[in-house]
Amino acid sequence: MCLGIPGQIVEITNPEAMMAMAEVSGVRREVNVACIADGPLQGLIGEWALIHVGFAMSRIDEAEAAATLEALRDLGEAQEALEQMAEGDRALVGLRKETQV
Amino acid sequence: MKYATEFRDPKAAKSLLAAIATTADRIGATREKPVHIMEICGGHTHAIFRYGLDKLVHEGVEFIHGPGCPVCVLPMARVDECIEIAERPEVIFTTFGDAMRVPGSRGSLMQAKARGADIRMVYSPLDALELARRNPDRQVVFFGLGFETTTPSTALSIQQAAREGMTNFSVFCNHITVPEPIRVLLDDPHMMLDGFIGPGHVSMVIGTHPYDFIAQDYGKPIVVAGFEPLDLLQSVLMVLTQIAEGRAEVENQYARVVPEHGNPVSLAAIADVYERRPSFEWRGLGEIDASGLRIRNKYKAFDAEEKFGVGYAAARPRHVPEPEGLACGAVMTGRMKPTQCPQFGRGCTPETPLGALMVSSEGACAAYWQYGGARAAAE
Ligand code: SF4
Repeated sequence: MCLGIPGQIVEITNPEAMMAMAEVSGVRREVNVACIADGPLQGLIGEWALIHVGFAMSRIDEAEAAATLEALRDLGEAQEALEQMAEGDRALVGLRKETQV
Repeated sequence: MKYATEFRDPKAAKSLLAAIATTADRIGATREKPVHIMEICGGHTHAIFRYGLDKLVHEGVEFIHGPGCPVCVLPMARVDECIEIAERPEVIFTTFGDAMRVPGSRGSLMQAKARGADIRMVYSPLDALELARRNPDRQVVFFGLGFETTTPSTALSIQQAAREGMTNFSVFCNHITVPEPIRVLLDDPHMMLDGFIGPGHVSMVIGTHPYDFIAQDYGKPIVVAGFEPLDLLQSVLMVLTQIAEGRAEVENQYARVVPEHGNPVSLAAIADVYERRPSFEWRGLGEIDASGLRIRNKYKAFDAEEKFGVGYAAARPRHVPEPEGLACGAVMTGRMKPTQCPQFGRGCTPETPLGALMVSSEGACAAYWQYGGARAAAE
C-alpha cells in the first residue's frame, strides 16, 4: 500500500477530473495525475511516475522506474499491486453483474 | 556473504558494507553495545528482511523496527467500527486488501464479509468513487487508511465527490501522521535510539522539514531513504557518519523522489480536506496527541463517522482493550523481538494473526516469519 509502483502515462482520459491512463507493468489502469501536473496535461504523456493507490505522486525518470520495479518484484510488492488493481476491477465488475439481474 | 549475490550491484553493496563496518568501529559500536537505528517505515522493514541487511551489516548496528505500518498500528476499536459500518444493509464498504485480516474484538473484516457484510477490496479510493456513481441507491464507504503517502488520495477523492455533488460516498478516516509517534518514542526514557532511517514515500508528500525537530530538539540524525537495498545501506552509512562526526541533521538520500518541501498539490489537498484530531489511538502505543486526521466541517457530508455516528462521533466511550499475553506493543517500540513474543509462530502466524504486526508484510512479526525460514537455511 505504501510503496507505490512505477507507471507510464499513455493517454489523458478526463482532463477536468485530472485522469489519465497509465501503463503499469503491462496493465492499463486509469490514474489521477493532479499531483504531478504542472502545465498542460498533454505534456505528461510518455512520462513515468510513481503511482500510489491510483494516484501518480511523483515523476521519476525511466531508469529509476526500471530500478524501482525490479526492487518491488524482489519484495513481491509488484505482483501484489497488480493483484489489487485486478481486485478493484472485480469489485466494479461484480457490481455490474448484480445490477443487471 | 550469501545475500550480497542478490544485489543488483554486489560491488557497490560490498564497499558500502565495508564503509559501514569501518564507521561502526570508529564509533565503538559492538554486538554488546550496538548503535540502534530505527527504520520508521514498514516498507523499509520488509526490504531489510528481504535482503537480510540486518545480518549483513556490522554486528554493532542494530535495526529497531518502527511504527510505520498503518495496518499494524490500527487499534481494535477502529476495526470494530469498520465492521459496525459495513454491517449496515445500505452500505458497500470498500477497503485496501491489506486491512482485511486485521483482528478486531469481533474478528476481522474478512470474517464480517463471510458473515454477509458487503465488503469489497479495492485498489484505490477512485474505485470506491466509481462504485458510488454506479450504485446511487447504496452508501459507499471507503476505509481511508495510511500515513501521509495515501492521505492525498482520499483528500483528492473527497474533493472530486464534492465537485460531483455525490451524496452516497463517504470516507472512514484513519489517516495518521509520522512525526508525532516518533516524538513519543524519543520522549520514552526506555528507548535507546541513536538515529533514524526516514520514510521515503511519506517524505515525497511532506518533504524533509517535518523531521527537523528530531535533529534540532533531540540531537538525533535522520536520513530519508529510498527502498532499494543499496539506498538502505547508503542511508545506514550516512546515519553512522553523522554520529561519528558528532552531527545531527536531516539528510535526504532519496532526493531523486523526495523534494525538500514535499508535493505542493498533495499538501494543499490535505490542508483543504483534513484537520488534526486532538488525539488518535495507535495499537501498541496508545493515544497520541495530534497524530490523526479528521475530515473538516465543510466536507462533513463525506465523513462516515458523522454520517453513521460511529467512532469519535459516537456518544459512548469507545476504547477496546488489547487482548492480554500479546507482545505487540513491546515489539512495535523495539523493546522486544518478535521471536520473544510467547505467541509468535504458535497462536500467531500470518494465516491466523492475533496481532496486527503479523498481518502485513510490512509488520515486523510477519517479516520475521516470512524470511526466518530462508534465513535459518542460509545460516
Ligand atoms: S507474534 Fe503476533 S501477538 Fe506476538 S507481537 Fe507479533 S503480532 Fe503481536
